[in-house]
Amino acid sequence: MAKRQVMFTFPQELIKEPIIYTLSHQFKVVTNIRRADISEDKGWVVLELEGEDEEIERGISWVIGKGVRVDPVTGDIVEG
Amino acid sequence: MSYTRALRCRKCGQEYPVQPLNLCDFCLSPLEVSYDYKAMARVLSREKLAEGPLSMWRYRDMLPVEGKEVDIGTGFTPLVKADRLGEELGLDELYIKNDCLNPTYSFKDRPVSVAVTKAQEFGFDTIACASTGNLAASVAAHAAKANMKACVFVPSGVEPGKLVGIAIYNPILVTVDGSYDDVNRLCARLVERYNWGFININLRPYYAEGSKTLGYEVAEQLGWRAPDCVVAPAASGLSFTRIWQGLNELSMLGLIELVNTHMYLTQAAGSSPIVNAFEAGSLHVHPVEPDTIAKSIAIGNPADGYYALRVARQSGGGACAVTDEELIAGMKLLAQTEGIFAEAAGGVVIAGLKRLVASGVIKRNELTVAFITGAGPRTQDIVSDLVQPFAVQPSLESFEEVLGARV
Repeated sequence: MAKRQVMFTFPQELIKEPIIYTLSHQFKVVTNIRRADISEDKGWVVLELEGEDEEIERGISWVIGKGVRVDPVTGDIVEG
Repeated sequence: MSYTRALRCRKCGQEYPVQPLNLCDFCLSPLEVSYDYKAMARVLSREKLAEGPLSMWRYRDMLPVEGKEVDIGTGFTPLVKADRLGEELGLDELYIKNDCLNPTYSFKDRPVSVAVTKAQEFGFDTIACASTGNLAASVAAHAAKANMKACVFVPSGVEPGKLVGIAIYNPILVTVDGSYDDVNRLCARLVERYNWGFININLRPYYAEGSKTLGYEVAEQLGWRAPDCVVAPAASGLSFTRIWQGLNELSMLGLIELVNTHMYLTQAAGSSPIVNAFEAGSLHVHPVEPDTIAKSIAIGNPADGYYALRVARQSGGGACAVTDEELIAGMKLLAQTEGIFAEAAGGVVIAGLKRLVASGVIKRNELTVAFITGAGPRTQDIVSDLVQPFAVQPSLESFEEVLGARV
């Protein structure tokens, strides 16, 4: 089992969608929210994903496909 | 021995023993080093610091290291009184902190020197990073000095010219076929799998501390005082927060008066998530897709954006974004008034400073320090249009015919 810490940033049109709920139902991924800030026009959630590596990857690809930005919780790692 | 106490979560305050770790287990927020300042204050004085080596390591007691430092000769770079540039912009007391003059030509040598020293203490034999230039060169150079392995990851789109300044130190140089985001994701996974000291991941709390020496040096070079205004570039926002922290630590230790410095951060308009948040009055730094020639500060999702934003606000400072045209003009202005060839990030600082003075935000009589954090030659192609030499035959007649009244 692997763990991945990520940040989801939601565009306004997806804020009402149960993306995290669906992620944990469609894929064998346990979602564990640690921090979040959601308002009517934007939202971000910092969470840990736990599951098999490939399942996490598939889950993240699905979330990105829905239009959510997914970043490592560390922020960008590539620097100048 | 150092005065390091623990690692502490910047959000929830949870503490951890000193180890290679960058995130709080509870809230997944970044960790920072905390110190025993009372004990530190008992041994530090201006006189004692002034006796130290002319490098960043004169401030060793204020850094989180125990073992022998991995030092390639970093720091104590010149603080130049910039009278010609000041006159041009309308400032009576302008100084340039010229950090181009570090061994690998950027300020990155400061944080990397601390991080690699820590990596050695922790027993890593390999250090790694992901970078488009400055950081990778610095990591490779320090690995060479420390006789450690370096593994540096570079997005495949990076210009070959930039890779020379990395390859010369003989690291394992890996180009990753994908976007910056792909490289980010790959590195986040590598650190889980390999027992490496990853400079800006598991070593990040220590890496961060090296940039405090920028603040220490400027205060000491000004005769133990903080400037009225600081103008510095922001990419991840980390060094900006640490310049501020450096000044405040000196004050807390009784080495300078209370700090009333206004901190201004500058970004390129094509990658300005922190400036956007500042202008929107938001607390959240919304990620962007970078699109600017200032590659060394093109970070779309800045790890310390929130904290940099907070410093700009708390200090009564601000944030300013400039276009690529403005930053090139800034590079030229700095070179042609002060003789300093900065990289694009330096152009951003000068162009931002110009705007801040022109709009009356920074006043003529305020003692202002502009931080130039990297040298121009690594990215000289962005100003290559300047090269328009006069071609003459090797004779006086030809010279005078071509140059005419110009000489």
